[in-house]
Amino acid sequence: MKSIKIFATLAIAATMSLGMYSCNNSATGDKKTTDSTTSDDNTLLGAGATFPYPLYSKMFSEINKINGLKVNYQSIGSGGGILQLTNKTVDFGASDAPMNAKQDSGLSAPVVHVPITAGAVVISYNLPDLKDTLKLTPAIISDIFMGKIKKWNDAKIVAANKGVKLPATEIVVAHRSDGSGTTNIFTTYLSKVSAEWEKEVGKGSSVNWKAGLGSKGNEGVSGLIKQTPGAIGYIELAYAIQNNMSYAKVQNKAGNFITPSIASVTAAANIAIPADTKVSLTNTEAADGYPISGLTWILVYKEQKYNNRSADRATKLLKMIMWMTHEGQQYCSGLNYAPLPAAAVTAGDANLKSVTYDGKPILQ
Amino acid sequence: MSNTISPNVITRSNDSLRVITSLQVPTVEKDKLSYKRSQRHIRTERMFRNTLVIMGILMVLLVLAILVTLCVQSVPSIKSLGLSYLWGRTWDPVQDIYGAYPFLIGTLITSFLALIISIPFSFAVAIFLGEYYPKGWFANFIKNTVELIAAVPSVIYGFWGLAVMVPAVREIEMQLGYQPLGVGIFSASLILSIMIIPYAASLGRSMVQMVPSNLKEGAYSLGATKWEVIRSVIFPYTKSGLFAGILLSLGRALGETMAVTMVIGNTSLLPKNIFAPGNTMASVIANEFTEADKPVYLSALIELGLVLFLVTVVINVVGKKVISRFTK
Repeated sequence: MKSIKIFATLAIAATMSLGMYSCNNSATGDKKTTDSTTSDDNTLLGAGATFPYPLYSKMFSEINKINGLKVNYQSIGSGGGILQLTNKTVDFGASDAPMNAKQDSGLSAPVVHVPITAGAVVISYNLPDLKDTLKLTPAIISDIFMGKIKKWNDAKIVAANKGVKLPATEIVVAHRSDGSGTTNIFTTYLSKVSAEWEKEVGKGSSVNWKAGLGSKGNEGVSGLIKQTPGAIGYIELAYAIQNNMSYAKVQNKAGNFITPSIASVTAAANIAIPADTKVSLTNTEAADGYPISGLTWILVYKEQKYNNRSADRATKLLKMIMWMTHEGQQYCSGLNYAPLPAAAVTAGDANLKSVTYDGKPILQ
Repeated sequence: MSNTISPNVITRSNDSLRVITSLQVPTVEKDKLSYKRSQRHIRTERMFRNTLVIMGILMVLLVLAILVTLCVQSVPSIKSLGLSYLWGRTWDPVQDIYGAYPFLIGTLITSFLALIISIPFSFAVAIFLGEYYPKGWFANFIKNTVELIAAVPSVIYGFWGLAVMVPAVREIEMQLGYQPLGVGIFSASLILSIMIIPYAASLGRSMVQMVPSNLKEGAYSLGATKWEVIRSVIFPYTKSGLFAGILLSLGRALGETMAVTMVIGNTSLLPKNIFAPGNTMASVIANEFTEADKPVYLSALIELGLVLFLVTVVINVVGKKVISRFTK
């Protein structure tokens, strides 16, 4: 018994000293020493899209180096992010798709959208004997993913790839099995370019696939593609570049076959952005833009005074988002995300400046 | 024994009834120490029993609470889809049409196929370890290895299945002339069958070991061979235990998620043959829950959980009935 008591005392003493040590450490480590009441306001909470997560975590760690602000971002998916924002359990939500009318109606107060970066969905395939890059037209993509084109040497594919020898192997379609912003961008694109797709399948973060195999996440889909001869599937550009996957050139609205890249995605985003920034970058008019692109947004409430939030917290939140759309953009290309074109930044700034605290604008 | 103890001390031979029932009136003369002791014993005994009862009731409440939660949360889906939910063959989140039939079929096919594949192995392990080599380092080695199968996290089975088993299945499919996808119902059943072997095997082994040796010795002395003893003595004696083990395996197979979702091909189309891709209820829930952004969608997924719950209950109840009929 006695030895247990001694041990317990020792343990408590050890924990206390550790705690004090870490307190001291953090106080000296941070540039500004914060007392316990404001230290909570120094941690912002966010939740949402998984697609920009690598970029966001890089940005948040850079912000932390600059002003000691901590951001706890949970990449639970766009739908989850919107739900958490609706329930007011987070300071900001993040989504790959702008909020639709149904989601808007669930909100108790208006929300503003701020675009942060743009990404693309590429069509990757497994044809080991193919030397050239595959070219695909919107009609072919739609027919393949509808399960109508079944063989690689189908006349339509051959017509788009003149002079390329295509094998007679069967096409195996790979798609995401989990709900995903990537699926949303891809199906939004297909619904735009194919009336049949819009009628039969539609757009959403999960849809009723007419053909193929499903797998979880980008890694699952690319695993299927790599493993299955004759497979075709859609994955994020960043993921495809990092994993050396082969991906197709896609014909855009202007009729050009475009290789997906950071530059061609930024080009696709270089269009007139509406004031609410709720715009889809799929199949845009841009002549050298890659047609299956999309913006990703951060969502915040227009009136920041709710749930006893302090003005300090609201200011920090807005300054952080402002930093992300300006200084933060330098981290995009390194991680294979497309930096925002000027028009999108301006539109985002206008939205940020419209955010108020107790009726007064926060940023001047 | 009782001769050596003084008549005042309460023992079993003395008056056991009074010890348990008379709580306040120890009218019988006893020495003080033993009285105190027995009072304390009674208290501990009662506390222990109460703890057991509370724990038991808590478990029942927990299961009921899960059932109630599932039911309540499924209401929006039941309201908008009704019974067509069970028979509908389309799962279309875009148009809010949800039919669980393909997943129900997928769950049942994969589980039962896995069971059929695993039974020979688990019975073989059970009889081998129970009858042929019940002791020794070799038996221990096999026993621990089989039990280790149950301890490996399912995601590891998924990875192994995707990396090793799926290409092998693809070869088989090519030989048989099916579309060589590799992933599908058959792959999922194979991986499940490996995962559920230890459940039936462990229970079976202890059952086989519990067969009274005088029965077996009797059979041997009448000139029975080992196979005859197994068939006519051990098997009839352990039938219910072996079947209970199978039921346990089946329960595990029905609910397995991670490994299955990695190799089943995740399509909401109805599987045409056992090599075709499909999906199971657990796998659909795991895949789609995070991005289910519409109330009916979310509710439909929860209703899927409710259906899975009910399927498990029904199979267990039917299984218990079969066991009791079997053993009569």
